[in-house]
Amino acid sequence: MDRVERPEAGGATKRPLDIREHVEQADYQTIGAPFVTDPKMTARNVNVYYGDKQAITNVSLDVGRNEVIAMIGPSGCGKSTFLRTLNRMNDIIPICRVSGDITLDGEDIYGAEQDTVLLRARVGMVFQKPNPFPKSIYENVAYGPRIHGLAHNKAEMDEIVEDSLRRASLFNEVKDQLDKPGTGLSGGQQQRLCIARAIAVSPEVILMDEPCSALDPIATARIEELIDELRENYTIAIVTHSMQQAARVSQRTAYFHLGMLIEVGETKQVFTMPRHELTENYITGRFG
Amino acid sequence: MNNTNEQRSSRASLAIQASLKKRYARERRFQWYGRVAVIIGFTFLFVLLFDIISKGTPAFTQQYIRVTVNLDPAELGLEPGASREQMFAADYLSPIRSSLRAMFPDASSRKDKQSLYRLVSAGAEYNVRDQVLADPGLIGQTSEIWLRAHSEAGSYLKGQVGADTPEADRRVNDLQIAWLDRLRAEGRTESRFNTTFFTQGDSREPEMAGIKVALYGSFFTLLVTFVIAFPIGVAAAIYLEEFAPRNRITDLIEININNLAAVPSIVFGLLGLAVFINFFGLPRSAPLVGGIVLSLITLPTIIITSRAAIQAVSPSIRQAALGVGASKLQTVVHHVLPVAMPGILTGAIIGMAQALGETAPLLMIGMVAFIMDAPAGVSDAATVLPVQIFLWADSPERGFTEKTSAAIMVLMGFLIVMNALAIYLRRHFEQK
Repeated sequence: MDRVERPEAGGATKRPLDIREHVEQADYQTIGAPFVTDPKMTARNVNVYYGDKQAITNVSLDVGRNEVIAMIGPSGCGKSTFLRTLNRMNDIIPICRVSGDITLDGEDIYGAEQDTVLLRARVGMVFQKPNPFPKSIYENVAYGPRIHGLAHNKAEMDEIVEDSLRRASLFNEVKDQLDKPGTGLSGGQQQRLCIARAIAVSPEVILMDEPCSALDPIATARIEELIDELRENYTIAIVTHSMQQAARVSQRTAYFHLGMLIEVGETKQVFTMPRHELTENYITGRFG
Repeated sequence: MNNTNEQRSSRASLAIQASLKKRYARERRFQWYGRVAVIIGFTFLFVLLFDIISKGTPAFTQQYIRVTVNLDPAELGLEPGASREQMFAADYLSPIRSSLRAMFPDASSRKDKQSLYRLVSAGAEYNVRDQVLADPGLIGQTSEIWLRAHSEAGSYLKGQVGADTPEADRRVNDLQIAWLDRLRAEGRTESRFNTTFFTQGDSREPEMAGIKVALYGSFFTLLVTFVIAFPIGVAAAIYLEEFAPRNRITDLIEININNLAAVPSIVFGLLGLAVFINFFGLPRSAPLVGGIVLSLITLPTIIITSRAAIQAVSPSIRQAALGVGASKLQTVVHHVLPVAMPGILTGAIIGMAQALGETAPLLMIGMVAFIMDAPAGVSDAATVLPVQIFLWADSPERGFTEKTSAAIMVLMGFLIVMNALAIYLRRHFEQK
């Protein structure tokens, strides 16, 4: 954290930069292209507070249709918090307060008539640590469709479960042990099970909060391949600590720093020609 | 420089070596303190168990004396062709007494006769009556009938009281001992398993007293307690843990629940007396009121343990459920509760065990009454095991001392069963 607050410590030749200045001037303009022509989700002037502490300051960002957008930044920069505002997962934290406008297909998801249950069915989520339910593999996938009434009989449910597991490229590994507990799978399999669980309710957007941070490189590679395949049908927002991963899976990248969205752009551009000094420092590994 | 460093190192290692001995000694001492503490604890437990079991075991056997009874219809006060009602009401005491006199003609004085009659239980006449009712052909016959021995005579036959005790210190006199010795020599005594202990209610005669009423009472009371305390406790825990806002009011509620767990149980008894019996007019001495009062006592335990169990459920499971669009209630019912269930059940059973052993509040609501007939429902008068133990412990007769210990054994048996159930349920749910 110390280094984050004093990024100038590394390069004496450049203009001293203090991010706290930006926090005070809340009208900081994000560099790059935060907006797209055909957004799936839009966020405008989003501020998030945990009690008195401001976690997100004035973030405006679009998530494009069928794109993978990566959110990167040092620990505590608010990228996960921002991700969680997109399906109102922050609602479960009592002291958390969100202001600003966030829309899904033009509908205000923080509107009075918005139902969080419906929203979370449309905007699914995969968490940092694989968190399958302590139930069978089948039940893990079938749970979402069941509570939403998506299957009318056993055959339909079987089809949904199989299809979801196939899309998560897990079916072949577990087809003979669908009644075994999901918690008995390996870490990478568990995370793919969680992805299958998320896509079983046919969401439009999938939020992934560091989905590979608890996995080994081989499992990570499988998940990354999977993300690439899923892009055809879903819009994906992924928070990651790994810049290589962001570079590999995403089309656009957003760089967060101390609760502010510093820079957004095409992934290639952000990683090869970062326009903001903080972004450059981060992706060149000067802090993080 | 190097030299001094080396010197310093060697000095340090010497110092460490010197201190090592002390440190290890301290550790050994500490281990010994622990061992001694464990040994003392186990000794107390062992002495307690040994005392109870050695005192209580004889209560599970009952001595019988075979008496040659001449069921003379004239003595019974029965005419030929008497109805069942008449047989039921007949005087069976006189034939027993005259039979005893016939067996031991040496009892001549009034006092000696009293001693003689006290060889058999005061309930012996019912014993004979039941046999006659089962087989009316016995009337007019002389038959050998096994009669329940009086508890004092029984304790001599069991060897609890010996002839070497001075006569003034025992309740069987020398005459009775002589008679009992003769009976034993003639093979007229027998020791049987004491079924009465489980099939009868309380009685003034130790050999007739049983724990049936207390067992039924405890069962009904615990049933009421469980039916009230478990759903309310779990519902309160779920609400407080998952739904209630965190503010001053819920903080206050939480503090009060914790305080409630520490309130002396007799206070709940006073509350039960004042509110449930005097104000609501619920029946006195009934398992219904006892169960309500005990549920108040166990509620804090259940709420606190259930909250802890719910709290211990990993938030990632909640997030996973919410993340696929489960409502809050679905999240709790489908995912949090199944995981928290072992903890909740353990808490509930601990609460129930606490309720099973509770005495003081039940004294306040009149469950201390002398009751001979087992309750048929929750609103009939009954007593419970610990109160029965309390009642018997208060009785001076030697026969009740062993009954007290025997009832404690039964109570402990139930506690062991309940704790075993708690362990079983925890394992069972954890495996899932």
